[in-house]
Amino acid sequence: MSLVFAGIASHGPAITGRAELADPALRDAFYAQYHRLRAALEAARPDALVVITGEHFANFFMNNMPAYAMGMADYYQGPIEDEAWLRIRKTRIPGHPELSLRLIKSIMQSVDLAYCQEWNFDHGIMVPLHFLTPEYRLPVIPVNINCQGPPLTPLHRSWAFGEALRRACDAVPERIAVVGCGGISHWPCTPDAEKINAVWDREFLARWVRNDRAALTSYTDEETYRDGGQGGFEIRSFIAVAAAAGGRGELWYYQPMPIFSIGCTVAVMNIEPALTGEAA
Amino acid sequence: MSLYYTQKLLYDLNRDPDLRARYLADIEAVLGCYDLTPEEQRAFRERDIGLLYVLGVNGQLLMHMSAYYGMDHVAYRAAMREGVRRHGPVRAGLYAMTTPLDPERP
Repeated sequence: MSLVFAGIASHGPAITGRAELADPALRDAFYAQYHRLRAALEAARPDALVVITGEHFANFFMNNMPAYAMGMADYYQGPIEDEAWLRIRKTRIPGHPELSLRLIKSIMQSVDLAYCQEWNFDHGIMVPLHFLTPEYRLPVIPVNINCQGPPLTPLHRSWAFGEALRRACDAVPERIAVVGCGGISHWPCTPDAEKINAVWDREFLARWVRNDRAALTSYTDEETYRDGGQGGFEIRSFIAVAAAAGGRGELWYYQPMPIFSIGCTVAVMNIEPALTGEAA
Repeated sequence: MSLYYTQKLLYDLNRDPDLRARYLADIEAVLGCYDLTPEEQRAFRERDIGLLYVLGVNGQLLMHMSAYYGMDHVAYRAAMREGVRRHGPVRAGLYAMTTPLDPERP
């Protein structure tokens, strides 16, 4: 049928792994918005959930690093991290390989991407799924945008990928939801892991909410690294969702939480009925 | 400098529980399979998280070690900071420390 839901949310491992160390009021307010995102996702009655994330060397390494990769497996497994560390139990997540195949073939008309018949999810997907599909019943189709190992795909290509994903979704009879996961500014896995640039985050989210393509894709990687840290490269996921949805965003939650190493974010975006991109 | 293979070993350890068990039982046998410099071997052998951090290992690969060695996030960050204190600034990659080593002396 089409794309029926679009949202974005944070995916840091401490969201589950160090939950008890957070201010309970802030943590629970953030979790409540994640639960609200789940309710909205379910209300859209999706047949499959496409999760766009920047993964962290769970499957892809510098020996053979795709800029874009999409799952085409019967099932996925995760988390790859220590269960006690992430506090998410290892499980099997259903895929939808036949739908994946159709989406991938369509996307390949404009964006080259790798396909994957095996994929071990890391926190980048497992934390969102823990909140959004805790029973692991909804088929999931993962997308990785390399945000870890430079050279990285340019932001305008993330936009092009989002548009290609939208065209692909609109061409199949199934109802597809897309959720982009990652962080805005963050310096994870460094001694500065509690640092957050909330001003930069809010400016990015303002651009995202008004779906300002030019502003969203104008950051250079040097600026992002300076202002948003190496974690900031994950804005690619959120940019792809904006391109796919095409509407205006609605920010449900933003709160810097140093113990989670991110500004915790939950937002949704309206699905613009007809994209006006050059190939739409 | 074989940072690539240092990271490859971590990538393999993170993905393969059998390799991880072998590594924890007989580290020399596993280190011998990777093209590592003496300094890189020493970092693994001495469980020197700080040196691995300074060598430029991607933090997302390295963080799994905190679980192998039962370190909480406070101890893990202290180990990275101690690495910079002992071995100097991060030499490669994206995960350089951005705050002063000694907050009292900007």
